[in-house]
Amino acid sequence: MRRQFGDFSATRLRAQIVKEILSLLRDPRSRLLVFAPPLMQLLIFAFAATLEVRNADMAVYNHDAGQWSHELVARVGAADFVDRLYTVRSRDELRQLINRRRVIAALDIPQDFSRNIIAGRTAKVQVIVDGRRSNAGQITVGYLSLIAADVGAAARRALLHESAVGVRHWFNPNLVYRWFVVPALAGILVFFSALMITALSIARERELGTFDQLLVSPTTTLEIIVAKTMPALAVGVVLGLMMIAASAFIFRIPFQGSFWWLLPSLLLFILSVVGIGLMVSAVSATQQQAILGASAIGVPAVLMSGFATPVENMPVVLQWMAQGIPLTHFLVVVQGTFLKAMPASDIIANTWPLGVIALVSLSLATLFVRSGLE
Amino acid sequence: MSGQPPAPRTGATPGKRASRKFDRRRLMALVRKESLQAMRDPSTILVAFVLPAVLLFLFAYAVSLDVREVRIGVVLESDGASAQSLAAAFSGTRYLKVTPARDRREVAAQVVSGELRGFVVIPQDFERRLASRVPQPLLQVITDGSQPNTATFVANYAQGVVQNWAISRSGGAPISAIELEPRYWFNPELESRRALVPGAIAIVMTIIGTMMTALVVAREWERGTMEAVMSTPASVVEILIGKLLPYFVLGMIATLGSAALAILVFHVPLRGSVLALMTLSAVFLIPALGQGLLISSVTRNQFLASQIALFSGFLPAFLLSGFFFEIDAMPLSIRAITYLVPARYFVSSLQTVFLAGDVWAVFIPDLAAMAAIGLLFFAIARSRTHKNLEP
Repeated sequence: MRRQFGDFSATRLRAQIVKEILSLLRDPRSRLLVFAPPLMQLLIFAFAATLEVRNADMAVYNHDAGQWSHELVARVGAADFVDRLYTVRSRDELRQLINRRRVIAALDIPQDFSRNIIAGRTAKVQVIVDGRRSNAGQITVGYLSLIAADVGAAARRALLHESAVGVRHWFNPNLVYRWFVVPALAGILVFFSALMITALSIARERELGTFDQLLVSPTTTLEIIVAKTMPALAVGVVLGLMMIAASAFIFRIPFQGSFWWLLPSLLLFILSVVGIGLMVSAVSATQQQAILGASAIGVPAVLMSGFATPVENMPVVLQWMAQGIPLTHFLVVVQGTFLKAMPASDIIANTWPLGVIALVSLSLATLFVRSGLE
Repeated sequence: MSGQPPAPRTGATPGKRASRKFDRRRLMALVRKESLQAMRDPSTILVAFVLPAVLLFLFAYAVSLDVREVRIGVVLESDGASAQSLAAAFSGTRYLKVTPARDRREVAAQVVSGELRGFVVIPQDFERRLASRVPQPLLQVITDGSQPNTATFVANYAQGVVQNWAISRSGGAPISAIELEPRYWFNPELESRRALVPGAIAIVMTIIGTMMTALVVAREWERGTMEAVMSTPASVVEILIGKLLPYFVLGMIATLGSAALAILVFHVPLRGSVLALMTLSAVFLIPALGQGLLISSVTRNQFLASQIALFSGFLPAFLLSGFFFEIDAMPLSIRAITYLVPARYFVSSLQTVFLAGDVWAVFIPDLAAMAAIGLLFFAIARSRTHKNLEP
């Protein structure tokens, strides 16, 4: 035999890549399923994923007959984030509404509320919040305190003028949550698609028994890995570009940065995800193991990537672990490119780790396949 | 294992040969076969026991909505005593980690790179502005709006710092006319983990119920072994129950394990009863398993099944269930979709059973909705499976 271990043949490689792409995209159903659901998900989840509070139902238990409590209740009722405002007449009724999750918060205004304001004392209002929805509850309390401060200011000349602090939000002046979510979702959906496609690639052949045939053929391990990488890389990049286009043109998220810096970052991102997927696939005996293994890696990876909550909120050990997740770095790049016009130096700083992850994971995948030969 | 080959032997029982109805012995044999098959696969153990532990841990510690130290810059352009004391007030807070600077250009680049989440500028003429009677901004707060939540926090917190500083300067007199006193029921310390960990159980159960079932049944179709099982005297119902029962039991065990972890390790209280928790979980498994079965009977292919299970099972359970993102805040059309997501009802009841107690006024509508969706899934799956049996 002329061909030896480590030998590389361009024709053979090309034939294999063609075969891999065909096996992924030949079936019209799977062609549809590779592209359609992630795009649909982007459309749905872009509207779903919000940490704002809107259309909230609230309750008021007002013991005070004075002018100022009426003012406060009227302003709460008219607030943008409130949908329905229940007026309750007993503590028990209030408890029921909270317990049954009918309202997120309830104001309990004491009898001496207006009297205290007029006398120049601080009037207190109890806000009962459903702690099951701790985050939305906190946000609601934040909104309510703005209203309370407004009413308070109307009641009394404040010591500090309201405009004492001039606030400006850079990159997203009105703090539109969608501007934050959509580019991140694009990254997450591409991450899952690429991970699943590659995780299945070797495992499927192993389950069907064709992987053994591949191993006894003259192909080298490296060729197998390269050939398996290509279709997922191609699909991932196309999907990624579609997502970025949808974010910019359908959702009208401002695209401030350079597309030509985002592209290499996207490539390395998908390459690193493909590497991780192939590692999972190489150690899986069946497709079921591969899919479940990929989920067991993918789900925690998304949670730690900084999408749900900022990485800097996590304990230090988990912050280190997050550095090994491709999504962590790519989210910084994609959000930075869209909103912040991130300069090349910052993009490079967040892209080289992707290169390292890709190199390590693809090498390990090659090693796993090779050790599986024995 | 010394398991006897089940279906053929029971099929040979005299007198019952032609029966295509329900046979308990045959069913038990099928359940036994499926259970052995499930337990032999290491990925079952991974998903049923390791993954829940990892997810619960992450939801308890990594996914924290409680803000800790936010890094901001404080640009002190003035040398006056008041400006210095205000800058010191920023440095002394619990939730901000301050990088002092003299020039705003120093910190602006760090906001772009994400090292800082915003900065405060105390301007050169701060003392003059403070003394002036004309209302005008004393200082400026710049935030990184690309992270809207952190930006809101920085803006509000900075305003609070300035307010408090002004109060202490004026001799500690109360200045606010109205003071809100929030009381967070069920979660007085406001730990987001208490709300997230119970919800995480719904995600774990969705993965076990929908994803695993979809895969297991799709594999049988893909390999053609489903037809082989169908050709035995076992009826469709028996085969489906045989397939699903082990995963039902697995799901219940995983719930118990997750609940034990939540209570003992993550200190989430269980204020309701174990009975209510188990009832809710059992009923949730009906739509979860039904969805998995439906996906597998439609796709009959593991790759397609996994993609659909991911996009119709797992991601909606995470994003559309109200577990993390408020359903009320979503647009009407999306809210309509959430009514079809079984996890929505499960999350609402789970949070209640853990934190509030046995509020049946919440449980009963949730149970009814889950059961209804489940039966719908089963009915469709059953009709599809049946049709394809008859040539």
